[in-house]
Amino acid sequence: MEKVIEIQHLSKSFGTHEVLKDIDFAVSKGEVVCVIGSSGSGKSTLLRCVNLLEKPSGGKIIYHGENILDDRHDIHAYRTKLGMVFQQFNLFNNHNVLNNCVVGQMKVLKRKRPKAEEIAKKYLQVVGMDQYINAKPEHLSGGQKQRVAIARALSMEPDVMLFDEPTSALDPEMVGEVLKVMKDLAKSGLTMLIVTHEMEFAKEVADRVVFMDKGVIVEEGPPEQIFNNPEKERTQEFLKRTLN
Amino acid sequence: MSLEWVITILTDNWPMFLRGAGMTLLISIIGTLIGAAIGLFIGIVHTIPMPERGLKRYVQKLINFLLSAYVEFFRGTPMIVQAMVIFYGSAMAFGIDMDVFTAAVFIVSINTGAYMAEIVRGGIISVDKGQFEAAQAIGMDHFQTMINIVLPQVVRNILPATGNQFVINIKDTAVLNVIGVTELYFQTKSVSGNNFRYFESFFIASILYFIMTFTVTLLLRRLERKMAGPANYSMIGGLPMQVVNPEDKEHKIKE
Repeated sequence: MEKVIEIQHLSKSFGTHEVLKDIDFAVSKGEVVCVIGSSGSGKSTLLRCVNLLEKPSGGKIIYHGENILDDRHDIHAYRTKLGMVFQQFNLFNNHNVLNNCVVGQMKVLKRKRPKAEEIAKKYLQVVGMDQYINAKPEHLSGGQKQRVAIARALSMEPDVMLFDEPTSALDPEMVGEVLKVMKDLAKSGLTMLIVTHEMEFAKEVADRVVFMDKGVIVEEGPPEQIFNNPEKERTQEFLKRTLN
Repeated sequence: MSLEWVITILTDNWPMFLRGAGMTLLISIIGTLIGAAIGLFIGIVHTIPMPERGLKRYVQKLINFLLSAYVEFFRGTPMIVQAMVIFYGSAMAFGIDMDVFTAAVFIVSINTGAYMAEIVRGGIISVDKGQFEAAQAIGMDHFQTMINIVLPQVVRNILPATGNQFVINIKDTAVLNVIGVTELYFQTKSVSGNNFRYFESFFIASILYFIMTFTVTLLLRRLERKMAGPANYSMIGGLPMQVVNPEDKEHKIKE
């Protein structure tokens, strides 16, 4: 299958602390990949390296056959192809719901406002927030904010959606609404790379699960294999701790 | 009797007081606006990400150094001294014959700019890091991020401090009388020089200064409340909790 993003020998250090060590990993078109692992295993850093919010210390990120870590590559254009959903939502506080989904389209993709609003409303409807287009982020609950954040990322019509622990900052009763939206997106054939602590969710929607520990990929494979018959001892230990 | 003198002075000299107050207000307004623009500019330049190597890095370091030098110098010297140096210095050293009004606006602007640069820096730091990251993640470059996302929030954050600077400017333009700007203090000095009623004349000036500063304070508070936005929002579409008609003009989505 066609690979959308391919990561080769990626490493990242903060000072002398090595967070990611020689990561090799790829996401294919239409695939839903869940990255699991304990806190501090480097999974969020991996995701942030993919869209260059953290600058990798070494390695390559191949997108459409080009290494985007080359100095000459236009990282802004590359980022528009990746939709990012943050743990802390990070909606633009100075814009209402609609404009949160419109501003990127207009300023970066240079779409005209009517077109941008049409697209924004379409995706706000997908996440069930189309009735709130007048609201400011401060008026919304956590789950609503996260759904708007998903619509904002979708409005850029990216090749891949990146989710960085999208439900970790939510109250338990709001986790469900966000996961439901993500399940629907997964079914629609969107390419998704999800860092998550929601094991049940990963089991259900992932085509492939990646288990990370101490900055390396320990094991990866289909969810049945990872959750039911993990090969590596570290994976078994982690699952025993989290599933009970 | 003092009160009688106050009335006499006012009836005889009210055009002079009014012209002085007008001049004070004009210099403070223009000075604060230009100063705020300088401050925003320096704030943006200071936050441009530093290239890791190459000539650009040195150019940027040099610019940052010069801007910091400007800020520190004008924050660290009295405006009355700056006024003398700039007004007489520009004439003597460079042969530039500035008219008094231009000199006054120039001095207040660059002085305010130095203070505003620090205020803006604080305002940018106070914007959540997630806002920058979210803007970058949808592909905005530094200037797009600043103009569309960060600066609107900064302006709201720094509005109280800017208003404070405006009030300070109204009062501090009094020192510009040393270069002969016909602002309120200068005019009052002229009036009292004629009638030798210093207390009454300057009492009138103090009231005028207070009216100006207090009005500005009240107006800015209203502006702050307005910028905070409405406490409520209206839903679009047929929900049972909907109480307003989205077709209503005031509830229409703003461009």
